[in-house]
Amino acid sequence: MMDEDFSQYPLELTGDDIPMVRFSRVSKRYGALTVLDNLDLDVAAGEMITIIGPSGSGKTTVLRMLMTLETINEGVIYVDGKPLTHMEKCGKLVRADRRYLRQMRAQIGMCFQHFNLFPHMTALENCMEGPVQVLGMKKAAARARSEELLELVGMADKRDQHPARLSGGQQQRVAIARALAMRPKVMLFDEVTSALDPEVIGEVTTVIRNLVDKHNLTMLMVTHQMGFAKDISDRVCFFFDGKIEEQNSPEELFSNPQKERTQQFLSAVKEAG
Amino acid sequence: MPFNWNWAFTWEILPKLLHAALNTLLAAGLGYAIAVVLGLILALAQRTPSRAVTFVIREFVEFIRSTPLILQIFFVYYVGPQFGLRLGPWTAGMIAIGLHYSAYLSEVYRGGLQAVPKGQWEACTALNLSPAKTYWRIIIPQAIPSALAGMGNYLVGIFKDTPMLSVIGVAELMHTANAIGSSSYRYLEPYTLVGIIFLAISLPTAALIRIFEGYVRRKLGLK
Repeated sequence: MMDEDFSQYPLELTGDDIPMVRFSRVSKRYGALTVLDNLDLDVAAGEMITIIGPSGSGKTTVLRMLMTLETINEGVIYVDGKPLTHMEKCGKLVRADRRYLRQMRAQIGMCFQHFNLFPHMTALENCMEGPVQVLGMKKAAARARSEELLELVGMADKRDQHPARLSGGQQQRVAIARALAMRPKVMLFDEVTSALDPEVIGEVTTVIRNLVDKHNLTMLMVTHQMGFAKDISDRVCFFFDGKIEEQNSPEELFSNPQKERTQQFLSAVKEAG
Repeated sequence: MPFNWNWAFTWEILPKLLHAALNTLLAAGLGYAIAVVLGLILALAQRTPSRAVTFVIREFVEFIRSTPLILQIFFVYYVGPQFGLRLGPWTAGMIAIGLHYSAYLSEVYRGGLQAVPKGQWEACTALNLSPAKTYWRIIIPQAIPSALAGMGNYLVGIFKDTPMLSVIGVAELMHTANAIGSSSYRYLEPYTLVGIIFLAISLPTAALIRIFEGYVRRKLGLK
């Protein structure tokens, strides 16, 4: 690879109003296909942002890049003022190495569409795994923290069950507790209700709603639940073709969309029920 | 020639053969232990980001799988000394058979590792687990149950291949039966007994493996 020039990007963000997350001219391509095109997006500390849009619009890729599950082709992502995807070397930004990524990604937690709980561990062991193995916590302390979080998501009574014994909604709640056990600054929810039966969606959205109300987490959520997005978001971004087509407060965006594509998307979603 | 089975001779040689069967079990056990560990190393080495390492290991595995075990046994035992590798029949035999089966087991592991869903890896990244802990604590425990059936097949396979070690003089079952045959000129009883002993061990082992597989799945909460 050629020596890439990132000199246009600051080594770190300074000033009074440092966003918790900043995407700075970020692009992602798979071969000829551009998934994200020159994305600029700031998320303030404590803000809840929802990303909506048709499939293939790059929504999930935004979260996956932030979780460092995908590399990026251009641009820089900053978390809490420091670059995530890049690091400083001799006064210049270069692509982050594994070690730097491990250090930086500790600030971010993620929940997945298909939960991805570890099937060979109980709910409690799933939650304790990170604190014990990554943060180096004592087992007793990790257990206390995990039990508290399972309580928070209403899964304390199922702590000794393996995921195979839990419903989708229950698994997702354990997955949320597991992510929270790492005490991330930023939480990512990637279509966390999409794989659930309709009757259990509520138990997961209630948990997320609680988090928004009672905890000062920064959150990014990709969802198809428009009602839920409207209720709990501080801001909604409508993605189309790898770009933010429109973003606004949920009230504005849902009741008074400005762009034609947003209107089309929202009415299509409404028709589908 | 009429069929004539000599019971007195049978009872006379049975203890000898049973004793040799212990050696067979020992050879199979030792060889398998080598293959289980080395096979895992070969499987993991094929997943390193280094293409050169992956290529070399891949070719090595293919080479082992494409040449006969008996040739490999001869090679280690008779050609080894030319490279300064002077080994007794047991050591040479264990290396050859262990190496041979490690190539097969590495393929079994590889399949098991590939069967672990991508989401598990992503969850490990999201939890920031180190690569080593990702493998040892999350991926390998999930790969083992689906690899167990294949591992069991090769356990029975290695057991049945131990007679090949007789060619370099390892005193296992086949070697002992041959010796009895050539000194007494009676082959019917020793070879029949060898067949029965193999059957008496293989069949229950295969059944035990299936039970063990179910047990492991339950233990890991996968069922």
